[in-house]
Parts: sequence; C-alpha cells; structure tokens
Amino acid sequence: MKILVAVKRVVDYNVKVRVKADNSGVDLANVKMSMNPFCEIAVEEAVRLKEKGVASEIVVVTIGPTAAQEQLRTALALGADRAVLIESGEELNSLAVAKLLKAVVDKEQPQLVILGKQAIDSDNNQTGQMLGALTGYAQGTFASKVEVEGDKVKVEREIDGGSQTVALNLPAIVTTDLRLNEPRYASLPNIMKAKKKPLETLTPDALGVTTTSTLKTLKVEAPAARSAGVKVKSVAELVEKLKNEAKVI
Amino acid sequence: MTILVIAEHNNAVLAAATLNTVAAAKAIGGDIHVLVAGSGCGAIGEAAAKIEGVAKVLVADDAAYANQLPENVAPLIAGLASNYSHVLAAATTNGKNFRPRVAAQLDVDQISEIVSVESPDTFKRPIYAGNAIATVQSSAAIKVITVRATGFDPVSAEGGSAAVEQVSGTGDKGISSFVGEELAKSDRPELTAAKIVVSGGRGMGNGENFKHLYSLADKLGAAVGASRAAVDAGFVPNDMQVGQTGKIVAPQLYIAVGISGAIQHLAGMKDSKVIVAINKDEDAPIFQVADYGLVGDLFEIVPELEKLV
Repeated sequence: MKILVAVKRVVDYNVKVRVKADNSGVDLANVKMSMNPFCEIAVEEAVRLKEKGVASEIVVVTIGPTAAQEQLRTALALGADRAVLIESGEELNSLAVAKLLKAVVDKEQPQLVILGKQAIDSDNNQTGQMLGALTGYAQGTFASKVEVEGDKVKVEREIDGGSQTVALNLPAIVTTDLRLNEPRYASLPNIMKAKKKPLETLTPDALGVTTTSTLKTLKVEAPAARSAGVKVKSVAELVEKLKNEAKVI
Repeated sequence: MTILVIAEHNNAVLAAATLNTVAAAKAIGGDIHVLVAGSGCGAIGEAAAKIEGVAKVLVADDAAYANQLPENVAPLIAGLASNYSHVLAAATTNGKNFRPRVAAQLDVDQISEIVSVESPDTFKRPIYAGNAIATVQSSAAIKVITVRATGFDPVSAEGGSAAVEQVSGTGDKGISSFVGEELAKSDRPELTAAKIVVSGGRGMGNGENFKHLYSLADKLGAAVGASRAAVDAGFVPNDMQVGQTGKIVAPQLYIAVGISGAIQHLAGMKDSKVIVAINKDEDAPIFQVADYGLVGDLFEIVPELEKLV
C-alpha cells in the first residue's frame, strides 16, 4: 500500500520562543527550525510499515515556504521515497492545510495517511481530523500502536483514562502520539542519497484550493509572568509556609 | 444567540469538564443547550438538565454513539449546528478527537483550547506550549471551539431545570468500530480536577519509588502526575503525564518532585496557583516557576513532608 505522511516545519522544540515587541507574533528570525516532533514519529511509523512489507511506497508532503524542503529532505533521508512541497509563504490555518492535503490525497490515492497529533507551534490538534471529514475516511487519533490487518487498520489510541482500540476501514487517517515509536536518526549516507530522491513542488492555485480563513490573530502576548518564589531551608519551613502563607493545605 | 455545548461523559457519569465548558458558554452569553450523545445515556441527559444555566438538553441515544466514535458523532453535531452561533466542547482527548471533524464538515476554522472569552467572537488561547497567548477573532457564522477546562471555573451541577428533548442523527457510518479499552484504575482524584497534584519525574529513579508519592498524595487527598521523562522511562502509565503532550492541570497546589522543568512539562502545570519544587539540582529550571523551592534529596524530603502535613 501507499502511505502519505504529512510533515511540518516548526520552531525547534528546544527553543524558548519570544513574543515580538509589537505583539504581532513570535520572533522566528534566526531561530532554529526543525521537523515537528510528532511528524518525525509519523515518518518513522511509515518507514517501519515499509520495513515490515506492509507499505510499498511512502510519499511525504509538506505545506510551507521554500525552506520547508529541508524537512522533506530529512524525511527522505529517514526512508520516504518521494516528496511533495506545496509552496505557500503565508501562515495557513488547519482547515486550509487539510484542504490542500485532501487535494494531494485525491491525486495520490494513499491507503493510509499518517500525521502528527499536533504541531508544537500552533498547538491546534486539528489537521488530521479535518482531513478525515473532508475525505470521509475514518480516523485513528493519538495512536500508540498501529496494525494493518487485511482491509482494516487497528489503532490503539491514548485517551484520558487509559487506552482505547478501534478498527478502521482502509483508507484511513492516523495521527501519532508520542508513545507510538522512537524516531531514528538519519545516517550520513542516507542524507546524501536523499538529495537525489524526487521532490515535486506544487502551489495551492495549481491544486485549485483557496486558503482564505475566517480566523484572524489580533495579537500575541507573552503569558503573565509568575512572581519570583523563595527557596526554603527545611521541610518544616515548607509546610509552615504552605499552611500559613499560601494556605493551600 | 444560542450556544450548543457537547456533554462529555462515559455513558455512566457526566464528566466535570462539561461544567467548565458551560461556564465558557455563559461567558459568551446567550441561551445554552447541551447535547448528550451516547447509548443508554438517559441519566446523563437528566444530570445535564440540572446544570445551572442550561436552557435545553438534547439527547441522542443510539448504539452508534456509545463509544463516541468521531465518524458517527461528528455528522450528528454538524447536523444540529446550523441552529447555533457557537458549538463548544471540552478540550479532552474525546473533544479534541471529534471536534475538528465537525468544523471541517461545516467548512469553518476551529478555535482550539480557549482559556478566556474576550467577546462573542474573540478568544484567547495559548500557543507555543503556553509560551505565548494569542487573541483570535472569528468571522465564521458558526464558531466551533474547544475549551481548556482549567481556564474557566465550573458552573454548579445543580439548580437548573432544563427541558429534555430527544434528537436523532445519521447513526453508524460503518467505517469504524470500537474494539476495546483499557482504563488505568485509580482511587485518587482525577488528575485534571484535583485540588492538589503531586508529580514525579526522572529523579524518582524507578516506578517502585513512586510509592513515596502515592502515600504523600493519599495524605493530602491529591492526584499523582508525572513528567514525560518518567512516563518514557516506564515508571508510570502515560495517562499520568502532565505537559503539552499530556494533561493540562491548574490545581491549587502542584508539588513537582525530581522534575527538572522542561518547557513541555511547564506547559501543562504553570497555571497552578502554588508550585512547590523538590529537586537536588539547585539550577533546575523548575525553580524559576516555583513559589517554594526545596533543594535536597527527595528520598529524605518526601517522607518527612508526609509526616509533617
């Protein structure tokens, strides 16, 4: 089967972001960018399914600026076969992204689409589910285990009180949770090989998708800072402060 | 303006997060209706009718809705949504699962995890793991929203007397099925609703050592949480994880034991009223957000703390 994996270029998860002085957004100039951690897990899962002989081809897709080619090359180095970049300079909302992915799904006809459960920049947790609605496919979100069995995929999902297993008809959509797997690192020879793998560039216009949004960000602020705390010397002092100063126990 | 709130429940009890979601609906203003979709969920409908400020309860009782499969629940909600200005659900794993499917079916953008209501079309929500707060405005005819429970004080579960009405949807789409579930058993309060949370990190060393936290928690009537490091190391199950990728908590008191305080963990607990950090590394980032910090060996401090509280 063919697997489509969607990845996103985001600020590296170790970077402590700063809000711009004019409150228009966060400052991403000269900040390290990487593949969203949940997307790495999605790529890894697709590669493992290929190694097990379940998948025959892995197509990786991203939507973003020209520089997002770097993240596609990373995915190719990890084991994806070819890549699609939908070039767009603007910041798109999940619905627009889902519509663009739907156009790619129509074109590629994958049996399984794997996405991360959320991107660590917008923290939306929407795109996979929206793609499910647009394609009419079933969805297995927050996956911690994925097993393809015949014309179905069994997905173990992380839920609030524990875990749940669902069976979905293929084609289906899966979004990855952290526990699904531990992504591998790209080796140098594979990074070199990835440079020769095909990378197709498309635009939203070419796919016939309009990306207008009903959402507008008015401002972005830093969260309220916590006032500095104190270090106490002993457990007795801590308990005394919790009882009499903070009055929480 | 009429607002539809989707009740969160497990066919047996109405989840507390529903009360926080109704509180968000109240902040928006307008009549509040609650949808209870499930199987054999009549009692949940009656419980929902008693929630303060609820004008009407819609009950969709069908085997297809028993396990809240999004393929079946989303079309039901999207079908009802045209009568409403806002459709709200709690930002639980369940709410996060079906809600974007509803939004895409209605062809509107979704606003995830709002923490405050500025006006009926303007909301605040955290982005970048809570390191920035965005104010967003929606021009959509139907505003599809998930609500972060810790951002809103719950309304009372009593005092309302709403009318209950039966509704039906399109039933089972037949593309997905429920196989089973495994729930972690716990007698302690639920993590997201607890007034006190005691959390352990990598510094606990192993799963066995969490017994120190359990006995402290039992003395305090607290829930026990964990950092991602503790979950990944296999000390505790992952539904105990507090953080950007786990649960978001905002208790009165959060006690972080052997937790360094990575960005992803802070995103899940930094709105707690009082934070206590117990760590042997005095440079650990957790001390920058802690109201009270104690530098030392947790294996000496935690038992002593248990004795003194």
